Amino acid sequence: MNLFFTQKKIAGILTVLPSHEQSFDEDMKNFVSSPARSLKLKLVMGYDRHRLAPAHITVSDMAVYGLQHLFAQGLLQADEFDALIVVTQSPDHFIPPTSNLIQGRLKLKRDLFCMDINQGCAGYLIGLFQSFMLLEQPNIHKVVLVAGDVLSHKVSPKDRNSYPLIGDAVSITVIERATEPNEIYANLQMDGSQAEVLMIPAGGFRLPSSPETAILEDDGDNNLRAKDHLRMDGAAVFNFVQLEVPPMINALLQSAGRQAEEVDAFVFHQPNRFMLHKLAEAMQVPKDKMPSNVVENYGNSSCATIPMALTHNFSKDLENRSLTLCLAGFGVGLTWSSMLLSVGPLQFCQQIDFPCEENA
Amino acid sequence: MNQILEILQNIRPEFDFSTSNNYFADGMLDSFDMVLLVNEIEKVYNISIRGLDIIPENFNSLSSIEQLLAKYGVQL
Repeated sequence: MNLFFTQKKIAGILTVLPSHEQSFDEDMKNFVSSPARSLKLKLVMGYDRHRLAPAHITVSDMAVYGLQHLFAQGLLQADEFDALIVVTQSPDHFIPPTSNLIQGRLKLKRDLFCMDINQGCAGYLIGLFQSFMLLEQPNIHKVVLVAGDVLSHKVSPKDRNSYPLIGDAVSITVIERATEPNEIYANLQMDGSQAEVLMIPAGGFRLPSSPETAILEDDGDNNLRAKDHLRMDGAAVFNFVQLEVPPMINALLQSAGRQAEEVDAFVFHQPNRFMLHKLAEAMQVPKDKMPSNVVENYGNSSCATIPMALTHNFSKDLENRSLTLCLAGFGVGLTWSSMLLSVGPLQFCQQIDFPCEENA
Repeated sequence: MNQILEILQNIRPEFDFSTSNNYFADGMLDSFDMVLLVNEIEKVYNISIRGLDIIPENFNSLSSIEQLLAKYGVQL
């Protein structure tokens, strides 16, 4: 499905990272496979360190901290936004929505459109789509999009497939109307028939958590995980991404009537460095135009990797000028989506740490 | 061919790769080993293997690897 928006813009981006950092060398102590094999993987996949939230820290904790930071810095007023969207797969509770919890904790106005969206690796784009659509309403002038996850709580430390790449983070993006045309081209595809490729089998109503679902099992490749943990079929995900993403980007550029050379940066969801390098090769895009450094510095935080790639790599650029960006997210669902838009100059494009120790 | 065997042996020294025709089903390689294998092959033969070719079927045996590399102009 092709989507088109106009007279909307991103006004600011903040990424909130848990201060606790763990190195891949520490992770390796939990793996069954040999250290030599793990070290080779570290070099190829770009694993080095990741940010992990302690078990009691939730998405709403980091979102509230980030929003308070914006209020304190005068970058956002508590009463000036009319909608709060939270994209996450790790809500504080099944009931109520995390967006309502954030509203309550910050004593935001009652006249606020709160909404949770359960989406993963393409969730940032889906959150942007929803924000743009809400801005069509005459009474909605500004939207705050919170996109983040604390999925490390749901990954087995003995799972070499998933644990070294996972990271926790929350991003906050302010979206508002633009006076200029600011055309935004996008597309979106879904294939629920492959949903099991990325899944946490237990913990929902289909298979509630129990002592049985907490039992660690060997997947045959020396990865130990329980049904309560995230399960990823790495080979299937890799193949899906290589198959679907390059044609999706070609279709996006074609619908916008633009050439790849006109794009300043391809800011994609970041599962690992190897996958992104192969995408860049397939799309014949120079690797330096496609940042792949989020996983090695912070880990893959699902829907927060795209805003994090922006705050980590383009903070000064985006605060001072406009860039033509191609964004793409792909994964859980399966869902894949891309967007071509101009971003900047932004009011803010920052990263801050959430102090885990102080909040212990 | 010996060079491929050497690469495989370096990745998983505990297995004899000359005796199997289905490395994945026999538990000798997993998806991450495949990534390491691709990385080594690309370095040794100075080629770039397309993402769409990085599937277990192309790395299941010495003959499947040989067929894949032939596509990239590498004769073993």
